[in-house]
Amino acid sequence: MKRHLLEAADLDRDDATLVLDTAAQIDQALAGREVKKLPTLRGRTVVNLFYEDSTRTRISFELAAKRLSADVINFSAKGSSVSKGESLKDTALTLEAMGADAVVVRHSSSGAPHRLANWVRGSVVNAGDGTHEHPTQALLDAYTIRQRLGRVEGVRVAIVGDVLHSRVARSNVGLLHTLGAEVTLVAPPTLLPVGVGSWPAEVSYDLDAVLPKVDVVMMLRVQAERMNASFFPSAREYSRRYGLDARRMGALPDDAIVMHPGPMNRGMEIAAEVADSARSTIVEQVANGVSTRMAVLYLLLGGAPQ
Amino acid sequence: MASSAQPARNAAPSSGDPSPGSVLSAADVARMVDRMAHQLIERAATDADAGDTTAGLANLVLVGIPTRGAPLARRLAARIEAFSGVTVDVATVDITLYRDDLRRRGVRALEPTELPAGGIDDRLVVLVDDVLYSGRSVRAALDALRDLGRPKAVQLAVLVDRGHRELPIRADLVGKNLPTSRTQKVSVRLVETDGVDEVLVTEERVAGRVDEP
Amino acid sequence: MTSYLIKGARPLGGDPVDIHITDGRISAIGNSLDATGAEVVEAAGLIALPGLVDLHTHLREPGREDAETVETGSRAAALGGFTAVHAMANTDPVADTAGVVEQVWRLGQEAGLVDVVPVGAVTVGLKGERLAELGAMADSAARVRVFSDDGHCVADPALMRRALEYVKAFDGVVAQHAEEPRLTVGAQMHEGDRSAKLGLTGWPAAAEEAIIARDVLLAEHVGARLHVCHVSTAGSVEILRWAKSRGVQVTAEVTPHHLLLTDACAESYDPVFKVNPPLRTDADVEALRAGLADGTIDAVGTDHAPHAVEDKESEWAQARPGMLGLEQALAVVIETMVEPGRLDWAGVADRMSVRPAAIGRLDGLGIRSQGRPIAPGEPANLVLVDPAARATVDPAALASRSRNSPYAGRELPGRIVATFLRGTATVLDGKATR
Repeated sequence: MKRHLLEAADLDRDDATLVLDTAAQIDQALAGREVKKLPTLRGRTVVNLFYEDSTRTRISFELAAKRLSADVINFSAKGSSVSKGESLKDTALTLEAMGADAVVVRHSSSGAPHRLANWVRGSVVNAGDGTHEHPTQALLDAYTIRQRLGRVEGVRVAIVGDVLHSRVARSNVGLLHTLGAEVTLVAPPTLLPVGVGSWPAEVSYDLDAVLPKVDVVMMLRVQAERMNASFFPSAREYSRRYGLDARRMGALPDDAIVMHPGPMNRGMEIAAEVADSARSTIVEQVANGVSTRMAVLYLLLGGAPQ
Repeated sequence: MASSAQPARNAAPSSGDPSPGSVLSAADVARMVDRMAHQLIERAATDADAGDTTAGLANLVLVGIPTRGAPLARRLAARIEAFSGVTVDVATVDITLYRDDLRRRGVRALEPTELPAGGIDDRLVVLVDDVLYSGRSVRAALDALRDLGRPKAVQLAVLVDRGHRELPIRADLVGKNLPTSRTQKVSVRLVETDGVDEVLVTEERVAGRVDEP
Repeated sequence: MTSYLIKGARPLGGDPVDIHITDGRISAIGNSLDATGAEVVEAAGLIALPGLVDLHTHLREPGREDAETVETGSRAAALGGFTAVHAMANTDPVADTAGVVEQVWRLGQEAGLVDVVPVGAVTVGLKGERLAELGAMADSAARVRVFSDDGHCVADPALMRRALEYVKAFDGVVAQHAEEPRLTVGAQMHEGDRSAKLGLTGWPAAAEEAIIARDVLLAEHVGARLHVCHVSTAGSVEILRWAKSRGVQVTAEVTPHHLLLTDACAESYDPVFKVNPPLRTDADVEALRAGLADGTIDAVGTDHAPHAVEDKESEWAQARPGMLGLEQALAVVIETMVEPGRLDWAGVADRMSVRPAAIGRLDGLGIRSQGRPIAPGEPANLVLVDPAARATVDPAALASRSRNSPYAGRELPGRIVATFLRGTATVLDGKATR
């Protein structure tokens, strides 16, 4: 494993498999236990440096670090010295002086974790940067797919929605490809990046044509405000062409699953009855996020003499 | 300082081509496992709370410490069943996440932790490992057990005790005491993990590297 | 005034000669010149070029003297072989009045290392709303001839038409920063495969090409001169080639960094590579080199853009765009054009001195005459270059007050040995004389 986890490409197939295997063993080791805590990272310090509000991701990382007995510092950039004025570099130097063994960073600017990695000695874990990547989300998604379908290799995955602005999509395309899945991106052309042709994925504009041929459909959050910049004419039209409702869910193969990284816009990209159906893995994804992030923290911090 | 005497007594293997440094053969290992199984049955018979041997064995859980403690625990259970007709619960507890030397040794892949359906509360837990050395693995296993439940008692069975304890820990059952020097490396190899049953004592070739404590 | 005897230099790469400089002018050129009392400059193996002229320099003064001053920028220019630089108008206050351009002109004269030729803003405050007092700036002591809102595009087509027309009255030229703003909202890097991967908002080539296409049609329609700043795409070169073939009075410049670097640099997320227009693709770099070689692109303009450390040591999106260029401009041109055989030394002199001087109307015989031939009687604006030397760029060693060089750690050819501004040595033995 590399020292940092900045993007899906930091993981080769062996690394990614090791993370998923480790997460599975941790799940198994903790299953049914009253004491859901391991002493593994006792005395290590993990800093959650969040420049963007993201309660669910922060809590997931916090729980993961605490279950491994690390000391956790939440450094929420909003409303602190960081929010205005203090630069990322100064913050990095502060964290360095505090002896952070790992910095989990969420930032609205693509590449901010890469910059941070130049300035701190500890490991940097990207918890979502701008419209770039969110590698632990991809890991927990792959873990969830493997748990439900028994494998990732050869699984056909449709990623549907605002690919252009989605760090979840970028990380998933990379990681799922590394693990041997076949990815199809489905979106209106305005929500696909110029250059998407260089990605290891198929591209389609037609959700109905894709659904019968996939094992996994992963819905991305679409912000209604995008219509103000003419990415699509209206929320209603978007929903009609690219939303996953009960009728469309019926077109999926029998054992196909429906995923969503959350938070959902019910009624926009996903209908309530789909989100709450037996195919939906949305709640499992949250639980799997903790064990996957424990595995990442363990593998980055557990060893490798510094 | 421990004795530097060579442990090469009784080193002739009973069959097959021994590896260099082999001090115990497959037949030796089989005899040791059999003897330990008998000892466990005897201990169960004297378990005052249980009343009789069958009840004593039924209360027993053999907890293997991966990697090689796990197959050893299964072998012991199989021999106990062969000798007594009683099926004994077998479990494994991976101690990787409980080790105190991660910083020095680096990460490795985790192995399964599998407990009996009813857990380990009020059971007699016998930890099973291949080699007892510093005692740190056993300490980690005890920590793990503490998080997993509250056994009535915990005992320790090891195939080989090579000495050089760093913690106040001793084994209740020992297949073989092998006096060694710290510079030597003791390797237990089992069919399940290594394709052959034998115990090796080799001179450490890498300066400064010590056997897994 | 010191007189110099430059011994054995090769003017424009020709045969070695001696060049005698007295009273600010080239007094004689020949073999074994007798110049009693002159300071001898041994120049065997060195190329002599006319002093370089930059059409596009940001000196940051007034307003951001922490990033650069007229003096530090002038020193960087002299060390890069320049004898004149055009100081862009996006200072604080903006150079949109005669007062500001005269201040910059005076600061340049006081520094005395290069001629600092102010560029006037096209619109008041660079806001793109109404014309600045272009005539007043043209008539001022700074005698402004180049007008630009650089950093911003004059996006309003009607306003651009009027600017093109208006500056005809004093033989001025509008230097357009070609960027359709509606197509580059939030843009961070070239839009293509790499922006898709890096999750950085794309700056499409079409946003530059659309403005150039529009403006060459306007320049043709009103019969005015247009200059295009920092051309960065293959499509732009095609449009310029077409416009020139129609006789449109259009000139264009390319930056050293667009001749050498590509959007691959962005993969580090190091904002030292963030620049506007952005670094483009290998195909664009090739088209720019070809365009400079065949003259479609007239000039190399550095777009030297110093930035303080805090404006670059940040997240990519928060960093200011721009990179240093003056001190390595000639080195990059040697690397990308001379060594591959695409431009000879006469070509270098043409693209880096003669044509930029002509575009800025500095090529007359007045006191700030630039881009003239190396001949007796001409002003002694000269640079001596050792083409064989190679050096690794160390930002800490640069004369600029800022450190945002995209060439840090890169080995480049060519060493500026000496620079003469009207007979005064501003650089000798590779060091600034003051």
